[in-house]
Amino acid sequence: MTFDVFLILNSIPTMIEGLGITLKLLFLSTVIGLALAVVTLLMRLSGHWLLTWPAMFYIYIFRGTPILVQIFIIYHGLPQFEFIREGVLWPLLREPFGCCVVALSLNAGAYVSEILRGGVLGVDRGLHEAGKALGLSTPHRFIYITTPIAVRLAIPAYSNDFISMLKATALASTVTLMDMTGVARTIVAKTFAPYEIFIAAAIVYLCFTWTFQRGFGLLERYMSRYVKKDA
Amino acid sequence: MGEEARVPIIVLEKVCKFFGQFQALKDIDLVVNKGERVVVCGPSGSGKSTMIRCINRLEEHNNGRIVVNGHELTGNLRDVNAVRREVGMVFQSFNLFPHLRVVDNLMLAQKLVRNRGKAEARERAMHLLERVKIPEQAGKWPSQLSGGQQQRVAIARALCMDPAIMLFDEPTSALDPEMISEVLDVMIDLAQEGMTMVVVTHEMGFARSVADAVVFMDAGEIVESNPPAEFFQNPRNERTRLFLSQILSH
Repeated sequence: MTFDVFLILNSIPTMIEGLGITLKLLFLSTVIGLALAVVTLLMRLSGHWLLTWPAMFYIYIFRGTPILVQIFIIYHGLPQFEFIREGVLWPLLREPFGCCVVALSLNAGAYVSEILRGGVLGVDRGLHEAGKALGLSTPHRFIYITTPIAVRLAIPAYSNDFISMLKATALASTVTLMDMTGVARTIVAKTFAPYEIFIAAAIVYLCFTWTFQRGFGLLERYMSRYVKKDA
Repeated sequence: MGEEARVPIIVLEKVCKFFGQFQALKDIDLVVNKGERVVVCGPSGSGKSTMIRCINRLEEHNNGRIVVNGHELTGNLRDVNAVRREVGMVFQSFNLFPHLRVVDNLMLAQKLVRNRGKAEARERAMHLLERVKIPEQAGKWPSQLSGGQQQRVAIARALCMDPAIMLFDEPTSALDPEMISEVLDVMIDLAQEGMTMVVVTHEMGFARSVADAVVFMDAGEIVESNPPAEFFQNPRNERTRLFLSQILSH
């Protein structure tokens, strides 16, 4: 079989056309997902079953099913219902892009809330007690003591999830979206060279993964500036 | 205290505390007067820490009565922070906020609880850092300080809130030997200024030189409570004698 290095290089610029959608999916769903995660986290930490049960149910459903299945249910399944088609969310759910953002956000929310919970549980109990002993209220302790430390503890796991999300955006190509993988598939259909084209796509994904990894690495270093470094 | 009228500032009456089936405190009676220094000692697991943690309600007692500077610590306490504002606490493991610089550790609660402005809070913080003799460490992270320095910062942090009472829960137990005296010196200064103090410690030298009363606890009970001279020279209870012989034998 032949292997065309130039085809890889030449297809990368075309691939970049799909980059906009890939990054838009990534950033929208990570931002919305983070907001969902914080709400879910607070519900879980509330200690009241009326709040913790729905939160745990939500996490269970979205962690327990493949994102691809969720995308298919939202894109192909929901429009079957009349109340969805007449509902306020229809303009969003009518479009494949909207469906993907909804699915990816709900997914991120479920995973990230568990990541944040890990961070919160990792905060030393003694610090809570010190805060209490100083007369700090529960909200004050959460905002000024728990949050900054929990965020630092959660960064490594969160960066992992962020990179998973980058790769999960490729699933959008299954519902006709022209993200990077979608573009790659159309080029393959024209050139009949799946090997080269998908390697080109992989290279672009790797470049972004490297950039994000590095970014999170710097963030982690900044957030850990007060932690004693062992010689 | 001498001739002055004795004003009770901490009163515990028949206080009981359970952790599940385990009874950590059994009918504790204790009165601490204003300006008094009380040292609490006893074997580990005897309920010393639990008792002082009930005083600022880090633990909730199950039975009995606790009154702290006029605040009744009943089951459904309306404002727990009203009590905690009166009571400073120093922990064995320092518990400084690691993500805040030393001076910010001292300023946080002043701003949020005492509603002090930034300048006022900083001035108070620096004043207290000078009092514990480490003003030059103000801009450092807690992790850059030695254990003794961290504990002195913790004492200063509690004092920033102008407490009427200071509780110390084994303040020197986590320290290397050479750092113990720098922390005890600060505590002795504080005692000489008339602060009401309840100190859980095994530093018997400290108990001898500053305590008004030494309380010995065992198995959740107060076994003996006496002025230090009496306590060390003439311990009445067999358990006290055994404990003293164990910790003073070296």
